[in-house]
Order: sequence, then C-alpha cells, then structure tokens
Amino acid sequence: MHNRGAVAGAVVLLLVVIMAILAPVFFPASPWDMVGAPLQPPGSPDLLLGSDMLGRNIASGIAYGARVSLVIGLVSALVAVVIGVTVGALAGYFGGMVDDALMRITEFFQTIPGFVLLIVLVALFSPSVVSIVVAIGLVSWTPIARIVRGEFMSLRTREFVQAAILMGESNLRIILRQILPNALSPVIVSGSLLVGTSILLESALSFLGLGDPNMMSWGYMIGAARTVIRLAWWMSVFPGLAIVLTVLALNLVGDGLNEALSPRMSRKVQA
Amino acid sequence: MSKPLLSIEGLTVDLPASADRPHALEGMDLVIGQREVVCLVGESGSGKSVTAQAVLGLLPPGRLTVSGGAIHYGGRDLLKLSPLELRRLRGARISMIFQEPMAALNPVVTVGHQIAEAIRAHEPMGKAALHDRIEKLLAMVGLPDPPLLRKAYPHNLSGGQRQRVMIAMALSLSPDLLIADEPTTALDVTTQMQILQLLKQIQQQREMGILFITHDFGVVTEIADRVAVLRQGHKVEEGTTREVLTAPQHPYTKALIAAVPRLTTTQRAGIPADAPTVLGTKGLVKTYGLSGNFLRRSRQVRAVDGVSISIRRGETLGIVGESGSGKSTLARLIVRLYKPDAGAIDFQGVDLATLGRADLRPYRRRVQMVFQDPFGSLNPRWTVGDIIASGPVIQGVSKQKALSRAAELLELVGLERTALPRFPHEFSGGQRQRIGIARALAVEPELLVADEPVSALDVSVQAQVLKLLDDIRHRLSLAMLLITHDLRVAAQVCDRIAVMHRGKVVEYGSTVDLFTRPQHAYTQQLIGSIPGRDWLEAEAGPPAARPAVSGSKPTART
Amino acid sequence: MTGVLARVAFVSRRLVKAIVVIFAIIVLNFFLVRMTPGDPALVIAGEAGAADQKFMDDLRHEFGLDQPLWKQLAVYLGHVAQGDLGFSYRQRLPVTQLIADRLPQTLLLTGTAMAIALALGIAFGTMAAMYAGRMADTMITVLALLVFATPSFWLGLMAILLFSVKLDWLPLFGMATVDSGLHGLALAADIGRHLILPAVTLGLFFVAIYARLTRAAMLEVRELDFVRTARAKGLGERRVVVRHILRNALLPVVSYAGLQAGYLVGGAVLIETVFAWPGIGRLAYEAVVGRDYTVLLGVLIITSIMVIAFNALTDIVYVLVDPRIGSTG
Repeated sequence: MHNRGAVAGAVVLLLVVIMAILAPVFFPASPWDMVGAPLQPPGSPDLLLGSDMLGRNIASGIAYGARVSLVIGLVSALVAVVIGVTVGALAGYFGGMVDDALMRITEFFQTIPGFVLLIVLVALFSPSVVSIVVAIGLVSWTPIARIVRGEFMSLRTREFVQAAILMGESNLRIILRQILPNALSPVIVSGSLLVGTSILLESALSFLGLGDPNMMSWGYMIGAARTVIRLAWWMSVFPGLAIVLTVLALNLVGDGLNEALSPRMSRKVQA
Repeated sequence: MSKPLLSIEGLTVDLPASADRPHALEGMDLVIGQREVVCLVGESGSGKSVTAQAVLGLLPPGRLTVSGGAIHYGGRDLLKLSPLELRRLRGARISMIFQEPMAALNPVVTVGHQIAEAIRAHEPMGKAALHDRIEKLLAMVGLPDPPLLRKAYPHNLSGGQRQRVMIAMALSLSPDLLIADEPTTALDVTTQMQILQLLKQIQQQREMGILFITHDFGVVTEIADRVAVLRQGHKVEEGTTREVLTAPQHPYTKALIAAVPRLTTTQRAGIPADAPTVLGTKGLVKTYGLSGNFLRRSRQVRAVDGVSISIRRGETLGIVGESGSGKSTLARLIVRLYKPDAGAIDFQGVDLATLGRADLRPYRRRVQMVFQDPFGSLNPRWTVGDIIASGPVIQGVSKQKALSRAAELLELVGLERTALPRFPHEFSGGQRQRIGIARALAVEPELLVADEPVSALDVSVQAQVLKLLDDIRHRLSLAMLLITHDLRVAAQVCDRIAVMHRGKVVEYGSTVDLFTRPQHAYTQQLIGSIPGRDWLEAEAGPPAARPAVSGSKPTART
Repeated sequence: MTGVLARVAFVSRRLVKAIVVIFAIIVLNFFLVRMTPGDPALVIAGEAGAADQKFMDDLRHEFGLDQPLWKQLAVYLGHVAQGDLGFSYRQRLPVTQLIADRLPQTLLLTGTAMAIALALGIAFGTMAAMYAGRMADTMITVLALLVFATPSFWLGLMAILLFSVKLDWLPLFGMATVDSGLHGLALAADIGRHLILPAVTLGLFFVAIYARLTRAAMLEVRELDFVRTARAKGLGERRVVVRHILRNALLPVVSYAGLQAGYLVGGAVLIETVFAWPGIGRLAYEAVVGRDYTVLLGVLIITSIMVIAFNALTDIVYVLVDPRIGSTG
C-alpha cells in the first residue's frame, strides 16, 4: 500500500481500538469516579490530562469514551448500510413503480433535517446505545441508497446482466451474484466514511445531553466543559482532539480504500 | 504534391511511464500541401489522434509530452511558439473538429454563442455583424433556419446537425488548415456521407488543406488525396490514395485494406428449400412512451412497428438499419428481454410473445444472444470459466461437467483452455467477443441473435470474429440473426437481409437481390452511402449506377 | 419552443412535491408522538403538568386522545393547518410564537454561513483545481480533511477559547451586547461582531464540502471534449476556465448545495447552543433540556419547511442555469 495517509490513518485507528479495549487496564477506576482534586490542569500527579470540576480523570474519560464512539460509529454505519443497500438495490434493479415509491421515501428522509430528527428520535425514545444506533442509522442511510441505486441502474443495463436473464437466472441471483459484487466498492468506501460521520453525530448528541447516561463519551465531556471554558480549557480540548484524530483516521482509511478499490487504470491514452 | 502548408518532421511524443510502450508517436514525418486532403489512417492506439492534437498544442498536459521533432507552418515551428502565439493560430489559421459532436459542444451555451466566441477571440466585431456572420456560416453548412438555430442549445440538435455546427465554427475564420479527427465515426452512414460531401465541397470552395483522421479505408477513398498509415506510433506507409489502395507496400496496410468488408456477396452454399423455420415474427410492435408532463402530452414512439420476419435453420438473416431504426429493440424482443406490445413470436409452434417470466424459462436456452460491447457483456468479477458455465449450471448440469464443456467451447471459438480461470479484463476486445460467443453456445441454442457483434472492434479483428460466427453457424447448423448498421458486414455473412427504417422493415430479400436491385429508396440511399463504394465495386467487378445521396433535409428538433 | 412552459411545469411539479413532503412530515410528527413508549399526554405536557390529574384529563380531551387514532390525526392536522403547533406548557407560550420569535435570528445565521460557504468554497475549489497536485491544492485538501473530522460544536468552543477568552477580540456569547442601548448602524455592527464566530464556524464545514466538490467537478469537466474545442478555437485560458469549465462545474455544486440545507439547519442547533445564539436551534436545545417535546416537534416541522424552501430555491437556480432541464421532460 503506497498511500501514506491511509497507512497513518490505519495506525491511529489501531491505537484508538487498543485504547478502547485496554481502558480498564490503564484506568481500573470508573471514569465517573472522583479520583483527585477538581479542575486540576494537565500534568498534575496521576492526572496526565487534568481533571474536571468533579475531580474526574480526563484521560480515563477519553479512554472509556473511545468505546462508545467506536461501537456506536461502527454499528450505526452498519445499520445505515443495510437499509441503504436494500432500498438502493431494489429501486435500481426493479425501476418503475418500485423505484418511484422508494425514491419518494428517500427524498423524504433527505428533506427532513437529519440532525433535528435525530434529536427528536433520541429525546422521545430516551437515550440509550440502542436508540442512538438505530436513530443514527435511520438518518444516514440515504446517501448509500442513492449510490447503490445509481450503480444498480447502470449495471442492470449492462449486457452481462442481459446475458444472465437470457440464461434464465432468477432476479435474486442476478441481484446478489451478478450486480452486487460489482456495486460493492463504493458502498465499502462510503460505509467507512459513514463510521466517522456517525461518531461525529454521537458526540453531538452527547454534547447536547442526549448520550447514553451510563457510558462516558467524548461529546459529553465537551458538553460538561462548556460552562467552565474560562477556567479549564483542557476539559474541552482533549476530548475534542480525540474525536478529530479518530474521525480523521477513519476518513483517511476511507479515502485510501477509495483509491485502492477504484483503480482508474492509468488513464487510457486515446491515440 | 502542392506547396507545403504544414510539415511535420520527426515528431516524437512520449507516453507516461506506466504505458505499454515508450512513445505514442515516434519520428513521424508528414506533409500537407495547400488545398490537399491527407488522411491519417490507423487503428486505435496508432497515434493518429496524438498527431492531430500535437499540431495545435492540445496534448493533455502531463500525460503526453512532445520530446522531439518540429511542426512547420507558415515559416515557423509550432512546437516553439509561445502559448499566446499558438492561441492566435488556433481557430483562426488552423482549426479542428472532433469525433463526438455532442461532447465537443458546451451543453449550457447556445450554438450561436459558441461560434461567436470563436470569432471574437480573434476578431472584435459588433453584435449585428457577428449575428449576420454566424447565420451565414450556419446556412453554408446546410443547416435550416439559421436565425432560430443560432439560439438553440446543442441538445436540441441531432448528431449530424451538431457536427455541421462544429464545422461552421471551425470555418468561421476561414482557416488554411482543418484538422478533422474521426469527424464522421459517431454518425450514421447516410449522415456520414452527407458530412463527407459537405467537407469536400467546402474544401474545394475555400481551397483549404485538411488533415483527416480515420480508421476506415472506405472513408479514405471518399475524401483523401493522399494517405499515411500509422501503426503503433510509426508511419508504415504513405502515398497517393490510388497508390496505396491499388498497390499497398507494407503488410499492415495490406491487412487493413483486406479487412475492409467487401461488397461482394460471397456465393453461399444456399439453404435447402425445405430447411425448417426456427423462428418467425408476425406484426411485432414495441412502443416507448417519451415521458411528458402535465403540460405536454407524453409522446409514443413506435420503436418496432409491425415487423414480420422468419429465420430458417442454417441461415443467417441480417437486420440492417441506422441508429434509431429499431433493429436492436427487435433483437431484444425476439430473445424476449423486452415484451412486445403486439404481434407474435412463433418459435416452433409456441408463441414466445405472450409467455410470462416463468413459462419462458424452458425456451430461454434455445434462443441466445451475442452482445455488442465486449467490455460490458462479461461480468468483470467472474472468471471466464464461470461465465461460460453459468448457463448449463442453471439448467442443472454439474459444475464440473459444465466447466469441462466450457474448455471445449473455448477451443471451438479459437481460445486456449488456459483461459478458464482468468478474468475478462485480461483479454482483448476480440477475445472477449469470442468468450461471449462461447457463453451463448454453451446452452446449445437453436437461434443465435448477434447484436452488432463487431462494431466495437478494430477492422482487422472484425473480419476474424465475423468469420468465426459464420463458421459456427455452418458447423452447428444454427439459425443466426445478425443485427448491424454496416451493410458491408451484412453483405459478407448474410443469406438474406431485412432493412429497417423507423421501426419498419422497408425491404426484405436475398442479399444478392438487395445489393444488385435495391427496390426501396431508403435501401438505395443506404447502399449509396457506403463509404468507398466506388472503390469496392471497382475491385469487385462491374459498377452499378450510384444513386444520389439526397438525404432528407435536417430539421431542428424541439 | 416549449422551453419556458416546460420550466414552469418543472417548477410547479416541485411545488406540488414540496407540499406533499410537508404533509408527510406533519403526519410523521403525529405518529412519533403516538409511538413513544408511555402516555402521549405526558409527551404533550412535557414535565410541566405531569402531577396534575385534572390538567392531564383536559389535555387528553383537547387532543382527542380518548378518541380513535384517525380522529386524533384529523384533530392534529386541523391544528397545524391553522398554524397551531401546540402550546409549550413549560414556557407558557404557543409554540408557533416561540418559533416565530426565534426564526429571524436563525435565518440570519444560516444565510450568512451559506453565503460564506459558497463564496469561499467555490473560490478555494477553483484554486485547488487550477493548481491540482501542487502546494495550494495539497493545503486546501488537507484543510478540508481536517474540517470534515472536526465536530462543529468543538470548533466553536475552540474559537471562543481563542478569539474571545485569550485574545478578547470578539464577544463571547449571544447576539448583541446586553443593555447596550445601541441603535441603527451601531446595533448592526454589534450584531455583526457577534455573528462572525458562529457564522464562520457553521459555514466552515460547508466551505470544505463545496471546495472539494468544485475541485472534483472542475477536474472532471476539464477533461471533456468541449473544453478541448474551446482551446482549439483559440480562446484565452481565463475564458476557457470561467466560461466553459467553471460554468459547467458549478451545476453539481448548486444541486448539492440544495441537499446540504438539512445539514446546515442541523448544524445550527449545535452552533446556536455553543454561542447562545437566540435562534430556533437554541430553542431546540432548551426544549431537549426541559423535555418540552411539543416545542421540539414544532422545530422539526419548521426546519423541514426551511429545507424544502431552500431546495426549491436551488431547483429554480438550477433550471435557470442549465438549459437541458425541462426540455427533455
């Protein structure tokens, strides 16, 4: 692999994953527990990144927060991909009325401001990992559906699909075996970018106080820091950096995948 | 040769390091005299377009770079001009037209504006005078209603009309040299002939030189004074058109000329009169609705309008027509990729036209298709073996058996067994077409429908694939339906031909009759438009009177 | 030519579609409340009247909660049709009035952000495309990547930390200096100073999007045949870029800008919260904190209508710029 950005992204991502897994090893105490004096600046004894106004360890919060971010980011992206691929594949393959109906639904979801709907959903159904994951999936599947629909529409007119029809292959087999493998690379790429977007959405929810109340998360930490920004800059700076680094790493990996999966064979020179 | 207008000396153009050869063009010499039409002939990748682009300094920057040689024009070396000096020449002294007339015009700017731009870039001019000049130019290239057309957008025009606009634009400042890069390749034959005649006429009126790039020796005979043949970046032959055609020196030139489909309708074995009919259609109709909106009623277009044909065992029936004639729709109706709106498809007593998806399944394998696009017709994610075996596997044949049969089929179509585990992208266009043929044959069809099977291939490969199809039809006594836009192709392999025009069969008969005694005016026009017909017939024997190409006057589409 | 008629038809078709979507959103709103686990009356009342049994009974009766579902829907639709989005028992004000009070501020903020985003985005994108592969391009690309990975609310906080807390250049919170007694131009300047940080923070993400989009579109259009034609005509490079490349490259940018409207409004919720900007985003945050669901649902309807209006606007712009729309049906 010769894409330096993607390699750097993969390394950072790996570190974040390790941090999430080993959080209880580094910080045996719960991130919610008071472990020192409140509002200690970074570098204080045992408080590498300082403490918040309740004396909680910022470093520990960041380590445990990685778990929420990764799990929610991954699972909600998966939810969105499953919905998007299903809707897009059916609309693109069958066309006509099926396409019309599914596209009206897609447009509907595209029109509603996703983040506002997300807030409404999570607030009404009370915040929990499950409600957050489902809600994020529900507001972010539309781009996938459009991509997959486009791929299916163009692929289904390809002659190899016509040949399969002439061989008597069933619709399901044609969708799954002939077309889907050819439509997968853009899905993988946008799916990987969706993980980053989902992490951002989760952090925004927690920032507004709509995170899972049982789990420490980066967004929650920034939200808590807002009112004391004059007193303790470290409370908001470090969790924010954690988000930026993680999402940046994911996006770099996504871009790398994009390059790897769509090899624009060194432009054919028309002679 | 007249006084030189442009002379290219030792031109070498480098390809990027990733390419399969170092140079796009190597040591190219070419002289174009004043009032002379020089054709540059070659297959794809020969470097002919690169030559054209190098003259005007239009090579894609960073990908193709000139590394040697000179291009003399008007006492100066074009390769040494500053960008500004070069720009002053472009469009004014040397202008250019391209292959795809749709893509070559800016879609969001009116035709008039685009021509105006070309003029204004070199010659400041008042609005009224400019409009007047544009309308005169549009009239000169034979476009109707210039004042209206000036305000039209490219998408309002047909392909031929767009190419006329391109020509008007290229001629707007009376250049000495016109570079035409495959200007008729994307057009139908009758339109192609009209554009060729227009170019020839204007060239003589204006005493221009033309550098004409083409892959088709037929076109060469229509327009060229001299010919240069390019192969993989090297000029292999040059001479007057007559010399090159009658006495080609280089083997490659000979092969190219030999590959041009002859008009001679080869004497065929003849089908026994009692050969059973494999498939017959009766009054087949397919209509497409052009979606309208609530202000404009949706229009209905009859793509196929009451077509009745029949194909017997061992016979090849050609369906010939230009784009939009409905020939491809007819093919897809017969194999039942589309459902006809009316009419019957009698397949040995069963009417395929009315069968539903499930009822159709047992008949699927008996009617198979070979497709046009060698890149689109094979699933890029499947191995060649899986592609060919897929049909029999669906029929219930074991995978192992299907694969060993696939290996035999590969040999039948002239490929190695070792191709089985490889993927389509490892093969050339012609080889892929062979794989597509093997796939169709794998289910042992009785009727093979070939939809433009050679139109995407280089001429030399075309002949081989056609021959293969003909051999297979003969050996397996298949019935074959050959869809093509090229009468020359049909002449080679078809026993009978149906000519389609606007959804209808306008003439239907034996190939020999059709060529020697065309009845319908449209058939006569089609035959008259075959590029290089005079030459081909002179080669073949007694010439027939050439019907004039009148060509229906183009009208603006709205 | 039927071009004009076709365009009118296109626009009216879009309008009909917009109305259908608004209707659908209102219906969705209704069902969201019903689907919520627990008593819908509690949702409507928020935390305000949960204790008062009589109040809850009245509420049930007023919203027809004791009646069949379709009747409830009819009642709800009737209310919304009259511009009644419910009553905030917490703020003791009709939701419509609450939103109307806050809407102008949000429009000012999002409008400014969008203008910044389009202007800077297209400028940077064009620059990046013209110098593709060189220093300027790399820098723009890297910046865009960073912006994509940065949560806007955190960026806002960091901006406050730097420009307000450390440098003290710009005001910290709010929309205008409290009790300043400023009028006219002075007030406008004061609001402008308060507007800079939130608008730039909100717009930055979209600057990155449009820059990337413009760059990609220009690189693609640059390769098209008509650009070669333009050069072959002897046009100057500037004219080729502006008239032939940029003009065609802006089409996808325009249509994409329409799709982004939803994200812009969503972003406003966060930015208004961070900067205490008194718009409907801030209102939504207050509603979340106060469990004032009626307000929250009202915000969802209004922001959806904002998005639809913005989409309609971009559609019309698109029709004006691209002659192909409408003429081919």
